[in-house]
Amino acid sequence: MDRRKFVSRTVAGSVMVSAGGLCLNSCTDRKKHLTVLHTNDVHSHIDPFPKNHADFPGLGGLARRAGLVQSIRKENPNTLLLDAGDIFQGTPYFNFYGGELEFKLMSKLKYDASTIGNHDFDNGIDGLLAQLPYASFDFLIANYDFSNTVLDGYTKPYKTYIRDGIKVGIYGIGIRLAGLVTKNLYKETEYLDPYEIASDMETLLRETEKCDVVICLSHLGYSYENENRPDDLTLAQRTRYTDLIIGGHTHTFLERPTIVANAVGRDILVNQVGCFGVNLGRIDFYFDAGGPSAQGISISV
Amino acid sequence: MAKLKHFECLKIQHFVIFTTILGLVSCSQTSRNLRKINGIKVVVDSAFAPVDSISEYILPYHEHVESVLDSTLAYASWDISKTDGTYNTSAGNLMADIILEQAAPIFKSRTGKDLDFVLLNHGGIRSNISKGSVSARTAFEVMPFENTTVVVELSGKSVKEMLAYLIKSKRAHPVAGIQLVLDKEDRIKSLDIRGEPFDDNRNYYVATSDYLVSGGDDMVFFKDALEVTDIDYKIRSAMIDYFRKVDTLSPKVDLRYYKVE
Repeated sequence: MDRRKFVSRTVAGSVMVSAGGLCLNSCTDRKKHLTVLHTNDVHSHIDPFPKNHADFPGLGGLARRAGLVQSIRKENPNTLLLDAGDIFQGTPYFNFYGGELEFKLMSKLKYDASTIGNHDFDNGIDGLLAQLPYASFDFLIANYDFSNTVLDGYTKPYKTYIRDGIKVGIYGIGIRLAGLVTKNLYKETEYLDPYEIASDMETLLRETEKCDVVICLSHLGYSYENENRPDDLTLAQRTRYTDLIIGGHTHTFLERPTIVANAVGRDILVNQVGCFGVNLGRIDFYFDAGGPSAQGISISV
Repeated sequence: MAKLKHFECLKIQHFVIFTTILGLVSCSQTSRNLRKINGIKVVVDSAFAPVDSISEYILPYHEHVESVLDSTLAYASWDISKTDGTYNTSAGNLMADIILEQAAPIFKSRTGKDLDFVLLNHGGIRSNISKGSVSARTAFEVMPFENTTVVVELSGKSVKEMLAYLIKSKRAHPVAGIQLVLDKEDRIKSLDIRGEPFDDNRNYYVATSDYLVSGGDDMVFFKDALEVTDIDYKIRSAMIDYFRKVDTLSPKVDLRYYKVE
């Protein structure tokens, strides 16, 4: 390739980025506010825990979560509701209905997107496919190649959502299935390197899709001692454009989101809210009305 | 050519980094004007009123699940406990006997072979069974996990290692189909499998949980399995099928595994 051509194209690209930014600035002279709500590892917990439960007395429950989400949406309609996987398995609801009720209720709560967890394969890839008609939200997973499976075409690597003119790019990252799920359940699903795929996704979402916010829905797990096992904290350190990683799998109850410096030294958030729907994560993004300023992004958790 | 390509790539990367820095200087942090991020955790507790339409939608599912779970399938003659014996327990014996009885015909029809014995793990029994009616809920309480029954072919040598593990563990891991007697020094005094004396030179078919075959509870001898057959039968499903089949559950601590004092 002629390097000069590439260089000029890159310049053109960054001019366009700036122009896009300027447009957002000049076309709007008011502040904007995006709210991102999230759950993970709900594991078919539809009813609240009993009041005498040892760990989560009286907590959780889909109907109550619906009330909470409704009140937040009333306060800020520019809200996204996301899940980081392991929707299935954990109560007899799953054994009886195979995940139908979980998907129907998440659709009623107007979930926007979910990624896929290892337990979502518990009734096999066919069992997951069978329940998809009940889900009105998107399944985002970039590092599972379903080409040679029945799920081919039913998931997306990423999707962009626009809320009050704010463009949000969301991509999904799944955990290695070998050793975790029986092969005859996930069949020919191919697992791809999460770090490489995440890098591709965030670059595409920021540079090509020009997203204002980039979110990763991950089912990798928060952190592992074994450094060969990919986890969210390491992923955060390796990313450049991702603003928020919403995690799952390890059922990690974080008191507040973790702030991690990414590959270019910018602070980003990694969050996970335990399991079984006892908590809801809430991340608010505030955008300035004015033009460019020297001010950075302030994070409070 | 490949080298050159690599070099070009490097230059381009430098350039891109340079322009990014320029961009940062000339138009603030980024092209966007994100200024502030706030993150909190909200506990889903009684402070939030449930949405009636959602509660009503759940209700028929809830009632169906509850009624099926609670319908009586069998009757427990007494409290069935996992701690009422040292070398075997009533709950452990019930579980292992259920697997032997339910899994053997499936294994036979799939492979034409006979199941020899069962080994489960004591920790896998998550609840005792109270005297009285026994339902599907009982099976969910005792076995909340989705573990399936697998049949492992082990050499006589591996069976010996398995028994050494069992003896050393000092735990009443559930067994069925074997009779093991220890002497005062914890050595094997006698060992029968399916009523026949143990034979070093033959292989045995052992039914167990897929959890244990994948290394759970440090049952490393399963690594030497000659063959593993998953019979696609959840342990909990075997329990529920058995509860449906019988009227009463009357398992006892018995002489399948004990020590001569």
